[in-house]
Amino acid sequence: MTPFPLIRAMDRGAMAFIVVLGAIAVLVPVLNLAVPPTSPFNVPTYFMALFGKYICYALLALALDLIWGYCGILSLGHGAFFALGGYAMGMYMMRQIGTRGVYADPILPDFMVFLNWKELPVYWYGFQHFPYAMLMVVLAPGVLAFVFGWFAFRSRVTGVYLSIITQTLTFALLLGFFRNNFGFGGNNGLTDFKDILGFNVQAQGTRAALFAISTLALMIGFVICRAIVESKFGKVLIAIRDAESRTRFLGYRVESYKLCVFTLSACMAGIAGALYVPQVGIINPSEFSPANSIEAVIWVAVGGRGTLIGAALGAVLVNYAKTYFTSGVLAPYWLFMLGGLFIAVTVLLPRGIVGSVRQWAAELRERRAAIGSAPAAAAPRAAE
Amino acid sequence: MPGFCHRLLAPAFALGMLAGLATGAHAGPYEDALSRFVTDDFDDTTEAINGVAASGHPLAAVVIEALGDGRLLFSAEAKTVFFRDGSDQLIDAVTGQPVTAGAPADLEPVQINNRLRRVIEAALGALTLMVGEPDKRLEAAQAVFQSRDASALPALDQAIAKETDSRVKRALSEAHAAVVLNLDDASDADKIEAIRVIRSRGDQDAVALLADMPANSSPAVKKAATDAMASMQAGLALWSALQNAWYGLSLGSVLALAAIGLAITFGVMGVINMAHGEMVMLGAYTTFVVQELIRARNPALFNYSLAIAIPLAFLVSGFVGILVERCIIRFLYGRPLDSLLATWGLSLILQQAVRTGFGANNREVGAPAWMSGAFEVGHMTITYNRLWIIVFTLLVFVALLGLLRLTRLGLEMRAVTQNRSMAAAMGIPTGRIDALTFGLGSGIAGIAGVALSQIDNVSPNLGQGYIIDSFMVVVFGGVGNLWGTLVGAFTLGIANKFLEPFAGAVLGKITILVLIILFIQKRPRGLFALKGRAVEA
Repeated sequence: MTPFPLIRAMDRGAMAFIVVLGAIAVLVPVLNLAVPPTSPFNVPTYFMALFGKYICYALLALALDLIWGYCGILSLGHGAFFALGGYAMGMYMMRQIGTRGVYADPILPDFMVFLNWKELPVYWYGFQHFPYAMLMVVLAPGVLAFVFGWFAFRSRVTGVYLSIITQTLTFALLLGFFRNNFGFGGNNGLTDFKDILGFNVQAQGTRAALFAISTLALMIGFVICRAIVESKFGKVLIAIRDAESRTRFLGYRVESYKLCVFTLSACMAGIAGALYVPQVGIINPSEFSPANSIEAVIWVAVGGRGTLIGAALGAVLVNYAKTYFTSGVLAPYWLFMLGGLFIAVTVLLPRGIVGSVRQWAAELRERRAAIGSAPAAAAPRAAE
Repeated sequence: MPGFCHRLLAPAFALGMLAGLATGAHAGPYEDALSRFVTDDFDDTTEAINGVAASGHPLAAVVIEALGDGRLLFSAEAKTVFFRDGSDQLIDAVTGQPVTAGAPADLEPVQINNRLRRVIEAALGALTLMVGEPDKRLEAAQAVFQSRDASALPALDQAIAKETDSRVKRALSEAHAAVVLNLDDASDADKIEAIRVIRSRGDQDAVALLADMPANSSPAVKKAATDAMASMQAGLALWSALQNAWYGLSLGSVLALAAIGLAITFGVMGVINMAHGEMVMLGAYTTFVVQELIRARNPALFNYSLAIAIPLAFLVSGFVGILVERCIIRFLYGRPLDSLLATWGLSLILQQAVRTGFGANNREVGAPAWMSGAFEVGHMTITYNRLWIIVFTLLVFVALLGLLRLTRLGLEMRAVTQNRSMAAAMGIPTGRIDALTFGLGSGIAGIAGVALSQIDNVSPNLGQGYIIDSFMVVVFGGVGNLWGTLVGAFTLGIANKFLEPFAGAVLGKITILVLIILFIQKRPRGLFALKGRAVEA
């Protein structure tokens, strides 16, 4: 009985996407671990690590698409929630280093010993326990988003104003985390991780597991988002996106809906960050930089806002292009391309790749239907 | 004081007689003092230094300096003193003539220790108190004020008596007071008089001087010192508040300059131009190119380089702005979030283009003579470039206000902003007005770039540093209101500078950002919000 609304929320495209993600989550680690490196079917470890990273980005993009594509909240500070989740995970892994650090202090991470701190700050307490750390991965971004959103949405800060203050939020955090006395490793951030839950983070098996978990997380995230947007709740979100005042006049508590979905989105971003950190092996304040958050927005725009699948695809696509172009002779031109992408997508392809494909498909069907019932007038196309 | 000189000179004279006999030369006070170096005894050397310094001989400074560097040599047998000059040439210290042949074989450097080094410094300081440019004398007086060296006292007295420049004279009497305060055998009356002199100086150094007065002073002196310190600290607090306010005004003017253009594009047109910072950068690079050309072709024009750069920067950035409006922004009206993304992409392209064209490093933009240097008002320093930037900001602001209020273009701009379709119905070409408005906003950003090139690094990242702050100013001040922008910029600038001493630069900035976030909650449309129908639902 319970899965019924869930299944109803999945159309054919969504089912296909879930199946593909499931297949990737199983096949890639298997092809990496079980197939000998000489075989043409082997997935190289570096490749798996790279795409593990992209999948975390895809989860971030999904979180962003949920609020931007369906509720019209353009957050230019989602990188902050991503980074906070990452820091929570990083703090857990810092505590796991124990005496294997350079200064071999059983409690204090290296950078605190270096700064001559005598005891662990209170907010580091408990991070040696994995469940607590995982709770913080969700809670830290969630609480920040809740408090921030509570203030912002209640006083009806909307549109570009909201975008600018979210950008300010991440900028303020960037400045803060750069400081040594904040207690998060300052400029260098947290790095030099040894293991996670007793498994070596460098080991191939751990990497494969992390890849599979990230892909599963993306899959679950997708199912949740899909369930939300297809539910009655999701319909209200779309109504808010299209006509906020009208929705309010109809009696809906717009700010509660926004706050709810914004917080959920921040938690998803936090989880993405937490999965990202063990795969790249470092978290530092540059993750908070406003440019990162804006780049995440362009992934969504490229893939197609309000399509969910498009956001995930866009993240992988843009990041793959970034890796591809910044490592070759074209490196100096990457920023031209990225900038051009921003302009081209917004001006020429406002629906993104997936959105445009869907539109073409819909037009095609419409035309066929029109040909089928020849004398009937073509249905008026919905205005943009 | 005569006693002091006497004490110093009498034995020197006696020994000088001996030395004079030995060398067979006529002995003046300089030669007498010089001859005491040959015993190579630390006490003798001390007196020799003071003797040489007091002699007023033209070679005195050179000899003492040589002693400090270990270049002063003596011959114990011949009882003569020599020094090596910079080119290692041996020179007779008495005559100042180079020794070509027949230098004694047993030449050895006169030894010095740390105590002597201090004596040497004080003696050199005292020597410069009386000779050289007024600036040099002032410097020397300040050096004595810092060192509080008792041995400089006679020289100070001489110098005060001789000094004609009132500025130097005051510095000298302050130095004198500083020495007297630290002298054990000075009378209370002298000390209290000294405190009075110090009090009139009234700066941080003066407070520090009184704070570490010898602990064995009499109660009367101590009380005078505490009173003086209290009054000086109150004065200093006032001055430091003024200085902070000045820094705040200066920062505010920079913010205002960067934000005024944004107030037009964002405030008047409602377009989020994330490439605004890059328009500023283009203005700064225009200044750089203008200066390079002037340096290469006609260096005489250098002082006018900024005056030439300002209209050019306006044209360059304005032209880029119009181009951008026609090619990109035009298609995005009514989609503010999209125009935000597109202009962000544009900013990436512009940055990378400048990086490709000019390199990623900072470019040097020089300051014309009338913009360099500083002057002092009371206890605060005002640099000319900051002063000019404030003046310039206000000029730009007034010019812009005039343009919007008094010209036909301004009228049409306001008409299009307030009611686009009505304006179009009245025959205003809205498309062209849009392009011109965007061009105007960008051109003003270019002008801001000229000014910012004087106080910031001219690099491809120049604009990025200002974009968030500029948006803060516009949002804080209220969109669509130039006065709001001006007030917002100065408020933020001054608030920032007053927070800095308590919270540090970074934490101060974070505090400001958080305060603005909270402020927007309270007044979502800014300080000076538009009211009535112009406000969109």
